[in-house]
Amino acid sequence: MAEDKIKVADLNAWFGSHQVLKDIGFSMSEKTVTAIIGPSGCGKSTLIRCFNRMHETVPQARVSGQIQLSGKDIFREDPVRLRQRVGMIFQKPNPFPTMSIFDNVVAGLRLNGVKDKSRLEAVARQCLIKAALWDEVKDKLKDSGTSLSGGQQQRLCIARALAVSPEVLLMDEPCSALDPISTARIEELIHELRPNYTIVIVTHNMQQAARVSDFTSFLYMGELIEHGETKQLFTNPREKRTEDYITGRFG
Amino acid sequence: MQGHTDTHFEEELRDLKAEILKMGAIVEEMIARSTQALVARDSHMAEEVMSQDPEVNQLEMGIDERCLQLLALRQPAASDLRFIILGLKISKDLERMGDLSVDICQQVTQLNLEPQLKPYQDLPRLAATAQRMVKQALDSFVKRDAELANQVCEMDDEADDLKDQIFQDVVTIMQKETEAAARGVRLILVARHLERIADHATNIAEEVIFMVNGKDIRHGGAKLRH
Repeated sequence: MAEDKIKVADLNAWFGSHQVLKDIGFSMSEKTVTAIIGPSGCGKSTLIRCFNRMHETVPQARVSGQIQLSGKDIFREDPVRLRQRVGMIFQKPNPFPTMSIFDNVVAGLRLNGVKDKSRLEAVARQCLIKAALWDEVKDKLKDSGTSLSGGQQQRLCIARALAVSPEVLLMDEPCSALDPISTARIEELIHELRPNYTIVIVTHNMQQAARVSDFTSFLYMGELIEHGETKQLFTNPREKRTEDYITGRFG
Repeated sequence: MQGHTDTHFEEELRDLKAEILKMGAIVEEMIARSTQALVARDSHMAEEVMSQDPEVNQLEMGIDERCLQLLALRQPAASDLRFIILGLKISKDLERMGDLSVDICQQVTQLNLEPQLKPYQDLPRLAATAQRMVKQALDSFVKRDAELANQVCEMDDEADDLKDQIFQDVVTIMQKETEAAARGVRLILVARHLERIADHATNIAEEVIFMVNGKDIRHGGAKLRH
């Protein structure tokens, strides 16, 4: 069994006085894909935003409990450094609108002070290949990132996240704005990235969770109802509330 | 269990269940009437049973199509998925039971052309056991009762023992009277068909247990890890 990449214990999170996460505890092994499912407002996005300490950036938001990344407390780490190790992909593709495709990919490296042109080019090429976008953009790297289709933009954002060599990729409904073909490309990409990264994906699409993940966590009203192997959870869940949710029995 | 939020899906699952029960009721009747035709030496009844087979075949195809559509269009999970998988399997078992009833009736019509070889004792008992198993397996499906299904699996040994006893008795007669050979073989075939019906009832019971609690108990529940 691979070692725990992310370990969560007694995690609580609030927006003001409203508690959105309640005593969450579970672990994710290294180089696995974990899907987080649950109805709107159950705390899925808040949970993954705790993993890179983005939740705390919201005014009035706070968090308690423990999250360890490779055995080390993330709350003792510099948030900027943490966010390099834990990259994030959002629901809506968000390439930097004034930058070219190339500049988008290497933006993080440049922020870190890398200036060597040949290194930047090598990383951009490598990350665009990893993000399965290279063949489509190799002849127009100077074009604006926003000139690409939605699906291509999302892969560009994945390439941008990969450029700073993260260990974990958080994906918050990465396909909800994409058509089925672009969705299939992203899902294929998740399979390709799995041997090298620990991936956490929030999705409303349960078939997507079933297709791409090794493990699934079901959250309901801020509580972790069930966490287990995806193939078990989707064929024979342990908890009745999981069964009711995945079979569409919630009123 | 609470109904699905999507009432159309709920209705489709209900229709599938109704179709399975309809097929089950027809096959149950075919089995009962085929054994009645045997014991009462009623060739007319045997012919009637044989005429029911096309309807069962049509129901099998209809159920399979419903299951295929539900899988493709609804992408079911958990107990819904297990129920639809059961639908695909149960229709096969029921169709085979229908065929076996027809096979019994074919033997009955031939047996009735000649004098009865011996008074039937164990054969009606085997038929009654097989019928009880089929009825209980279908009841366990309706009630989603794994315990009831488990009892069906336990009855399978009884059916096997009765079949062995019949084989032995008929072979003994055949050894003594060579002119009894043709009728003896037919009786052995009837016993074999009844025992196979009991096996299919056991299959249904095992499938019900999987549907209810997700446990695969077939072949002692042993599964090789890949």
